[in-house]
Amino acid sequence: MATPALDDAAFIEKYGPHLNYEPSGGWNEHSNCELVKTHCCFCGVQCGIQLKVHENKVVGFEPWEEFPVNRGMLCPKGVKRYLQNEHPDRLLKPLLRTDRGFRESTWDEALNRTVDAIRKIQNQYGRDAFAMLGGASMTNEKAYLIGKFARVALRTANIDYNGRLCMVSAGAANKMAFGIDRAANPWSDIPLAKAVIISGANIGECFPILTDYVWRARDNGAKIIVIDPRMTPIARTADLFLPVRPGRDSALANGILHVIIEREWVDREFIDDHTVGFDHVKEVVAKYTPGFTESITGVPAASIVKAAEIWGVAETSMLLHARGVEHHSKGVENCLSYINLVLATGRIGKPGSGYGTITGQGNGQGGREHGQRCNQLPGARDIENPAHRKFISDFWGIAESELPHTGLTACEIFDAIEKGEIRGLLSISFNPLVSIPDADRTRAALNKLEFFGCIDFFLSETARHADVVLAGSLQEEDEGTVTTGEGRCVRLRPSVTPPGDARVDWQILTDLAARLGSKDRFPYAIANDIFGDLAAASKGGVADYSGMSYARIEQNMGIFWPCPSLNHPGTPRLFEGGLFHHPDGKARFHGIEYRPPAEDVDKDYPIFLTTGRVVSQYLSGNQTRRIGPLVDQYPEPLCEIHPLLAAKLGIANGNVVVVRTRRGEISVPAQLVRTVRPDTVFVPYHWPGKKSANLLTNRALDPISKIPEYKVCACRVEKVETT
Amino acid sequence: MNGFEFFIDPSRCIACKACVQACMECDTHRGRAMIHLEFVDRALSTQAAPVVCMHCEDPACARVCPADAIKQTEDGIVHSSLKPRCIGCSNCVLACPFGVPQYVAQIDQMMKCDMCFDRTSIGKKPMCATVCPSQALYYGTAEEIERMRVEKPINEFQFGNQTVRTKVRLMSAPSSARLDFDVTSFMPETDNHVPEITELVVWGG
Repeated sequence: MATPALDDAAFIEKYGPHLNYEPSGGWNEHSNCELVKTHCCFCGVQCGIQLKVHENKVVGFEPWEEFPVNRGMLCPKGVKRYLQNEHPDRLLKPLLRTDRGFRESTWDEALNRTVDAIRKIQNQYGRDAFAMLGGASMTNEKAYLIGKFARVALRTANIDYNGRLCMVSAGAANKMAFGIDRAANPWSDIPLAKAVIISGANIGECFPILTDYVWRARDNGAKIIVIDPRMTPIARTADLFLPVRPGRDSALANGILHVIIEREWVDREFIDDHTVGFDHVKEVVAKYTPGFTESITGVPAASIVKAAEIWGVAETSMLLHARGVEHHSKGVENCLSYINLVLATGRIGKPGSGYGTITGQGNGQGGREHGQRCNQLPGARDIENPAHRKFISDFWGIAESELPHTGLTACEIFDAIEKGEIRGLLSISFNPLVSIPDADRTRAALNKLEFFGCIDFFLSETARHADVVLAGSLQEEDEGTVTTGEGRCVRLRPSVTPPGDARVDWQILTDLAARLGSKDRFPYAIANDIFGDLAAASKGGVADYSGMSYARIEQNMGIFWPCPSLNHPGTPRLFEGGLFHHPDGKARFHGIEYRPPAEDVDKDYPIFLTTGRVVSQYLSGNQTRRIGPLVDQYPEPLCEIHPLLAAKLGIANGNVVVVRTRRGEISVPAQLVRTVRPDTVFVPYHWPGKKSANLLTNRALDPISKIPEYKVCACRVEKVETT
Repeated sequence: MNGFEFFIDPSRCIACKACVQACMECDTHRGRAMIHLEFVDRALSTQAAPVVCMHCEDPACARVCPADAIKQTEDGIVHSSLKPRCIGCSNCVLACPFGVPQYVAQIDQMMKCDMCFDRTSIGKKPMCATVCPSQALYYGTAEEIERMRVEKPINEFQFGNQTVRTKVRLMSAPSSARLDFDVTSFMPETDNHVPEITELVVWGG
C-alpha cells in the first residue's frame, strides 16, 4: 500500500516545506570560510559559483567571475541555493512507513526492506513489474549508475527519467534532423549572430544568465525575434514579437519558411550539398501563405513576413527554443519545423550561426546521454542497435540476452501502474506527483503501488506515498560532473558531506546492487571510479567522453563532447563544414503539416491554458519552495489573465478564480496583465496539492518522444464568489 | 576600483531580483537588502526598475538629515546612515529625487546602497552588478560601456529648476521609439482577441 498515512497538513508540519531564511549559525559573519568552486544545482546553464563552507556547512556564496559562461552572474535561485543546506526539513535518516506516518530506521533495515520488496514483486510478476525513475538534475555519474543499476541489478526494462517531461521532443528531432542530440553551438555564438529567433523560451526567467548573451547580440546589431503567447521579459524590447496562439508553432515556422522560399532567400548550394528532403518541405509549406498562417497562429501576416525578412537575409543567425515548442503532443514536429528554417538558410556549423534547444534541468543534457532513458545505453547509444547492445553488455560483463530492451517512458510507467502491470517503483530526483500532467491520476497510481521506494534529501510530495525513504544527498554533498545545455561537461566539486545518517546517492545504489547480488559489477569506491567507467563506456558512442578526466575538465573550465581522446580539445561547435552525423553526412529536412493540439478550445472549455516557470522557483519546487527569500518573491501560483478576457468574465485583479479543465480544477488568485494573449491564461506549475497546475494539464503524449502536452489544453475560468 | 563606474540600464532588466537577493548577502548587512526592485506597472508590462543609490554629487538625503547621519566620502560614495546617528525620521526618504532610501522599521534606521563599499574598496565589483544576469546593472569603465553599447550614459537630471548630478550613470536609448505594451497590439487587427465562444459560456452557452 502506498497511500499516505497522514494528511497533507501533518506531513507539512513534520517534513515541510518550511521556509529557511538564514544560514546555519545565523547571519553573523563566519570567519575562515573555505570557498569551493562548483556550479549551481538548478537549470541547464550550470553557472559557476563559489560556495562558502564553514565547518562542513554551506553558509553563503561568492560569485565565481573566472568561470567563462556566467562570469559571476547568477539568478536569484543561484544566489539563495545555499539555504537548502542545513535546512530543518533535511532528511537525516532512512524512513519506513508506519500507520502513523514514518519512523526512522537503520540503513540495514531500510535497504533490506527495499530489496525484499523488489525480489517479492519481481518473483511474482516478472522483472519488468518493478520500475525505476531517475532525474536530470543528477550528475552524469549517477545517470550512468542508475541506467546500469536498473539493467544489471534490477534487470528491468522500465527505467526512465524526468527528462522525459523536459526536452525529449527536441532530442528526438535533433536525432532525426542531424543524427545527434546536442545543442549545435556554444552559447558564445549567440552574441555573434545578426538575427536571433527565440521561440517558446522565457529566457529571462528560466535561463536568466543567457539574457546577457541575447542583449550582447543586440548590441552587436542583431535583430531579436521572440515567439511566445506571453510578452516575457525578453519579448518586451524585442525587435519583433510574434504572440503565437498556443499549440500553433509548427504552422508559424512553416509560414516563415514559405516567405523565405518565395523570396528566394534559401541557400541552394548548402541545401544541395548538405541536406536531404528540401523539395518535400517546399511542397508542404506552399500553402502556408502569410494569410493562411495568420488564420491558424493568431500572428499578423505582416509580422510573419517581417520575421522572414529578418531571418531570410541575415548574415549570421541563431535559433533557440525551449519547452514552449517542445511540450506538445507534436513536440517533435514543432522542433523539426524550426530546424527547417535553420537548414534552409544554411546557417549552422559556423561562428555566430546555429541552433539549439536550451535544456531546462541542471544535467538535462548529460542526464539523457548515459543510459537512464528507457531506450538508450551509455554514450547516447541505441538500446535496440545490436552493435550498441553488444558493446555495452560486454562492457558490463553480462550476456547480451540479459540486457533488457526498450522499456516504458516516464508517463507510460504511471499508465502501467494504473493498469496493474507495474507493481513496484524506486524513484530518485523526481517528484512526479507535482510534475506529471493530470495529477489526480498520478496520485491514484502511487496509491496503487505494492511497493514504493524513494531516494530523496527532502520529503517531496511524492515521497509521502513511499514505503521506504532513503535519505540521499544534495548536489553540494557529492561530487561529479554535469553536462550543460551547450554540451559542456563541467565539474561539481564536493563542498560538504551529507548530514546525520544521510548518504551519498550513488553509495545507496551500489549498496542496493550488492544486496541484489550484483556486488562485483558495482565496484565503485569514489565518484571518479564511476566517471572512468562512463567515459570508457561512451568510447566510440555518439556522446563520447572517453578523452575527459576530472583534471582535464577542471583545467579547461569544462569540455564539450565529443571528446574521444586525451589530447582532443573537445567540440564546442558541431556540424562545422556542413558535416552532419547521419551516415551520409547530410542533415534531414522534414515536411511538417500543422495539426491541432490534442485538446483544443471548444464551447465548453473556450480558453487556452498554458503553464511554465517563474524566475524564483525551480521545477516541482522540492528545493526552492523551502527557501524563504525565493518563496517571498513569488509565494503562490497566480493565473495570468488579460484585462479584456477578465472584463468579459467579471474578474478583477486579485480575485480568486477557478481554472477548470476536463481533468481537474484549481483555485488561484487572478493577476490581470496585458502581457498574455486574451484567449489564453497562464499558471506556473511549481506547486503541489490543490494549487497544482498539473491537476489541469493534459497527459497527451507526443507519439515519438512521449513528452506530455504541458503547453496547451482547454480550460474555463470563473470568479469564485465570496460570501 | 580605479576608473570603474556604475551604469544602470533599466531597458535590459528582466525583473529577476538577483540583485536584491545578492545585496542581502553582503557581509556588512547580511539579511537585509539595501537596494530594491519594483515592477513599474506589472499590469501593463514586465518592465521593472532596479533601484540602487545614484550617489549624487550634492546628495539631498545628506543635506536634509537633521542628525548628520549620512556621510559622503571623497570618492563620491554617499554612505548608508550611521547607526549611532540615524533617528529614523525619514526626511531622506522623502527628499531623495530617485526614491532610493528606505526606512527599516525593525531596526529604526534608514538603509541605502553604499555601492558595496566593503567590496569596491578592496577591488571587487559591487555584488548586484556582479550577479545581474541581464547586466542592466554594470560596473566597469566608461571606455568599456562606450565600446559595447549603443545606449549613452547620462548623469545629469533635471527636477524642476534643480539640476542633480550623480556618480552613477543611467543608460539612455539613442532613440526613444515608442514601445507597445499590450499583447493585443501585436495581434491581427481583425482578430476579436477574446474568443466569441467565451461569451457563449459566460452568458448562457
